[in-house]
Amino acid sequence: MERLPRWADVVLVPLVSLILAFAIAAVVILAIGQNPWEALKVMVEGSLMSPYGWGYTLYYTTSFIFTGLAVTVAFHASMFNIGGEGQAQLGGLGVALVCLYIPWPHWSLALLGAACGAALFGAAWAAIPAWLQAKRGSHIVITTIMFNYIAASLLVFLLVDVLRPPGKMDPTTANFPPATHLPSLDQLPLFNLVFTKAVPANVTLLIALAMALVVWAMLWRTRLGYQIRAFGKSESAARYAGINPVRIIMISMLISGGLAGMMSINNVMGEAERLLANSASGAGFIGIAVALMGRNHPLGVVLAAFLFGFLFQGGAELGLWTKIPIEMRTVVQGLVILFTGALDMMVRMILVRIFALGRAQRMEAA
Amino acid sequence: MDYATLLQMLDSTLRLATPLMLACIAGLYSERSGIFDIGLEGKMLAAAMCAGAVAALTGSAWIGLLAGICGSLLFAAVHGITAITFRGNQLISGVALNFLAQGLTVLVAQRLFGQGSRTPPLSGAARFEPIILPFADAAQSVPVIGPFYAEVISGHSMPVYAAFGVVALTWWVLYRTRFGLRLRAVGENPAAVDTAGVSVAGLRFAAVAITGVLCGIAGAYMSTALQAGFGKDMTAGRGYIALAALIFAKWRPIQAMWACLLFGFFQALANRPDVVEAVVRVKVPVPFLTALPYVLTVFVLAGFVGKAIPPRAGGEPYVKER
Amino acid sequence: MAAAGYAIELKGISKAFGPVQANKDINIAVPKGTIHGIIGENGAGKSTLMSILYGFYKADSGQILINGQPTAIPDSQAAIRAGIGMVFQHFKLVQNFTVLENVILGAEEGAMLNRSLAKARRVLADLSREYELDVDPDALIEDLSVGHQQRVEILKALYRQADILILDEPTGVLTPDEADHLFRILRGLRDQGKTVILITHKLREIMEATDNVSVMRRGTMVATVRTDETSPEALAELMVGRKVLLEVEKAPAVPGAVVLQVEDLRVRDEHGVERLKGVGFEIRGGEILGIAGVAGNGQSELLAALGGMIKASGRLVLNGQPLPLSGKGADGQSRRAAGIAHVPEDRHHHGLILDFTAWENVAFGYFNDPKYQHDAVFMDNDALRDDTRRKMEKYDVRPPDCWLPAKSFSGGNQQKIVVARELEQNPDLLLVGQPTRGVDIGAIEFIHKQLVALRDQGKAILLVSVELDEIMSLSDRIAVMFDGRIMGFRDPDRTDERELGLMMAGMTGKEEAA
Repeated sequence: MERLPRWADVVLVPLVSLILAFAIAAVVILAIGQNPWEALKVMVEGSLMSPYGWGYTLYYTTSFIFTGLAVTVAFHASMFNIGGEGQAQLGGLGVALVCLYIPWPHWSLALLGAACGAALFGAAWAAIPAWLQAKRGSHIVITTIMFNYIAASLLVFLLVDVLRPPGKMDPTTANFPPATHLPSLDQLPLFNLVFTKAVPANVTLLIALAMALVVWAMLWRTRLGYQIRAFGKSESAARYAGINPVRIIMISMLISGGLAGMMSINNVMGEAERLLANSASGAGFIGIAVALMGRNHPLGVVLAAFLFGFLFQGGAELGLWTKIPIEMRTVVQGLVILFTGALDMMVRMILVRIFALGRAQRMEAA
Repeated sequence: MDYATLLQMLDSTLRLATPLMLACIAGLYSERSGIFDIGLEGKMLAAAMCAGAVAALTGSAWIGLLAGICGSLLFAAVHGITAITFRGNQLISGVALNFLAQGLTVLVAQRLFGQGSRTPPLSGAARFEPIILPFADAAQSVPVIGPFYAEVISGHSMPVYAAFGVVALTWWVLYRTRFGLRLRAVGENPAAVDTAGVSVAGLRFAAVAITGVLCGIAGAYMSTALQAGFGKDMTAGRGYIALAALIFAKWRPIQAMWACLLFGFFQALANRPDVVEAVVRVKVPVPFLTALPYVLTVFVLAGFVGKAIPPRAGGEPYVKER
Repeated sequence: MAAAGYAIELKGISKAFGPVQANKDINIAVPKGTIHGIIGENGAGKSTLMSILYGFYKADSGQILINGQPTAIPDSQAAIRAGIGMVFQHFKLVQNFTVLENVILGAEEGAMLNRSLAKARRVLADLSREYELDVDPDALIEDLSVGHQQRVEILKALYRQADILILDEPTGVLTPDEADHLFRILRGLRDQGKTVILITHKLREIMEATDNVSVMRRGTMVATVRTDETSPEALAELMVGRKVLLEVEKAPAVPGAVVLQVEDLRVRDEHGVERLKGVGFEIRGGEILGIAGVAGNGQSELLAALGGMIKASGRLVLNGQPLPLSGKGADGQSRRAAGIAHVPEDRHHHGLILDFTAWENVAFGYFNDPKYQHDAVFMDNDALRDDTRRKMEKYDVRPPDCWLPAKSFSGGNQQKIVVARELEQNPDLLLVGQPTRGVDIGAIEFIHKQLVALRDQGKAILLVSVELDEIMSLSDRIAVMFDGRIMGFRDPDRTDERELGLMMAGMTGKEEAA
């Protein structure tokens, strides 16, 4: 097949995929008897037209940057980590344990501790599927799916039978002590010029952006990243070069699980300030869409995470103000994954045709 | 545990194993043809909604079943076009379709009935009623075998018996017919099929379509027989358990049946923590029982129960080589 | 213009893949009942032409006549209907099927298998009597030798009543003996009135087996001649377009101290089958040891074990230092650190990451090299790119753009990138597998010169090649491998292709006498 110009490959393909996904989403909205244009207006209104909306959009963006980076790192080692959801929930457990059982003098130290706890627990939950893939060849896609279900069961058990404070009915932990409460954007200098009222987006956003930079540098500027990418492109060649497959699978999956776990400092520590069942609420899965949409590049991931932050907040507004159920978000998510991840060959074929047509016309004109 | 409880457990094992078995055999066709399908879950869910909704509207479980099959086929078609025509990533396509099904089923059910993503409760002809096999009553008096026949074998709805029929039929098709030979070949070496003048895409589309039909029956069974109506996310990971059973069975039909019965038994256990407690004499938290099939699947995948080698061409789009 | 005497006529066939013109205005006529050779270098367009004939590709323009009738061949089905059978270089067999199942696949009688299997059993029995094509109909393909697998492919075609049989590079995987057997089969088929097209790049086979021969060069058909009216030299000149120097110019070797000692090297594959059954040899500095043998007799495993790609047992000593063959220290990184460089047999699957840029590929295997590090954390990509530009210039890699992905280079230039990377590390021992496979003649000469130059610097080289000519012209000593063992060592000046061919087929001088 003929190649596309590089700019088309990098920009046009994801853009066209996205347009196709949204076109079909619009058809779905029409099919359930609603007006897609109105829906879009509600979404934009509710997520981008007020500091309040931005506060939520950026809050979701933060979570999705983490999970999108998690999927990205694993993807570069050609591991398809669908276990972000379970890893994020376990990360939440790590955050909860750190916040509840260690007396922190200041939120900044607590943040550091919680980030470590979250990454550690998330990585640990990725470690078993990773080890099984590396050593026993068990397909990581299936094992990580299984671990999502196991994580859900484990957390229900812990919240109901172990961590629930005496006398409480809800399956949640106790509230975290005030010293661990993270400043939200309205409490940070500069940001408080825009955000005057309390918003859920918090200081974790800055950590997420920093992690995107770290992941980029790791993948493209270090020996480890080189080895991860080489292994991901060709396992047989990696063996020739002396890249240890077990080591690369383990490290990339641990990083991936750690990043997924770290999203919990945003929602569990930064927002809920206690651990609830199903704390990740689908952000782990959205990471897949974000990574695909962002072409597995940290910059793309940040942009895609923002797009999904908008969709998530906008979708919630849809559920509140229109007759479109909030599950519309899941539909859009599915469509974006389908078009950017599985049908990019189709998009490419369409674009190649268009480019060929353009060339032919130019030649005729000349 | 007394005999009566055991029979109850086996009875519910059969009920719970049925959707697994149908979905597992469904996956067998697709994967044997070289198309990985982690979208069994989504297809079942779509079928469950379609069947539940249409059965509620028409009052006929059979028309519901047909609708379920159509809904599942639609998803199968998208997966087929993505994986075969456009050579897309089969795993990603499966994940995407699962999300689509998860969202669309709620949207459609809400639009049709406005009852918060559920379909109205079904009764009468809108559900598949239990079939009492001949002599079930008379056999009750025969010791041991009699109650087993009456309680476990008899008294299931049509799809339960159909599932076992599908297993037998699949074995025969796979190993005794031309289609079976070509199907097994195309999953192992599509180039051999292609150079023999048989269409690789045609075979794979046929396999994916069969997968759609069987997932359709599985989903319809969920909403019109096992339960009385569709509810959000009602398949609850059964598509993934079916996939695990398929791996456990190393992509062979008879073994797949046994694997599904085993996993069905685990699900039956999870529904009866009291029985488990009576047998092991320790209180086992319900989440542990819920997680049991998943944990076991991981053990299976880890190869502690024999090595599973998938069809050699599985997951790879077929491109004619230069 | 009816030409009843021709089984196949191709008129003005052209085919382009993007900017590459694989076939340009090809005309050829193959008389019925003959063996027709098509010869040309790798990449000359032979396989493309045959793929068009078998319905794998559609020609951009041109016409195909079968038995004088214009015939459209849109797919393989149409080719089979037209009586064309094809034996591909890479067999199209289902490994876990029996011979019978493979034969009937796509040519079944009715929807049930029983009748088809019974019929195929009868037909196969007849065919094997008629043409020396005996093979156990109930054997699984994965249990058969390559020679037998090839017979299954021929049987498949004959079962479909092919009148025209095309074989693409059929002898690449065969011993000289098996190849002779194949040619006997082909002559038998011809004598029964079938038409055979034999595609090869080996001159000897053309001379031995064909009645007529067509020569292809860079997508065009340059000549068609009667085989008995031409000579290997004339054909070689037609293929390449100029006189070729088949000999490599090199001074006599000056062997120094022993660099590599290998004793009792054994390798098992993932099924537990022993692939190397106790191999031992030495290589001195300033010496090229060539390993001859038919593909699949343990040469790949030998290179992989020495290169640290797979586990092995036995003893491996480099410059007096023992190196581990399994466990810690038995990997590609440790081998490179010890001074072993490796030009692998398969550059697409081992030597290069095709999606990586040229400069990323130059660090492949050497990403830990201090000269590519900026500090303890980061790599120095600028230094790496400078180094790449230098290597690309020295080895005349075209185009000299270090940002191009490896997959955009031609086979010869890809191989030059690999050779540059490995040779410039200045290793004590160089492992080389199939250095000129899929490489154009110009690059072959260049690569051969580089290998000889490295030897003359006093380095040890282990050369594995299935091209006997290459082994004969480059090696200072030759070891012949068969079935995971070394059959013996020979001096290239005191042996010939016949003797080596017998050893490659598993016969030592002693056994031959017995």
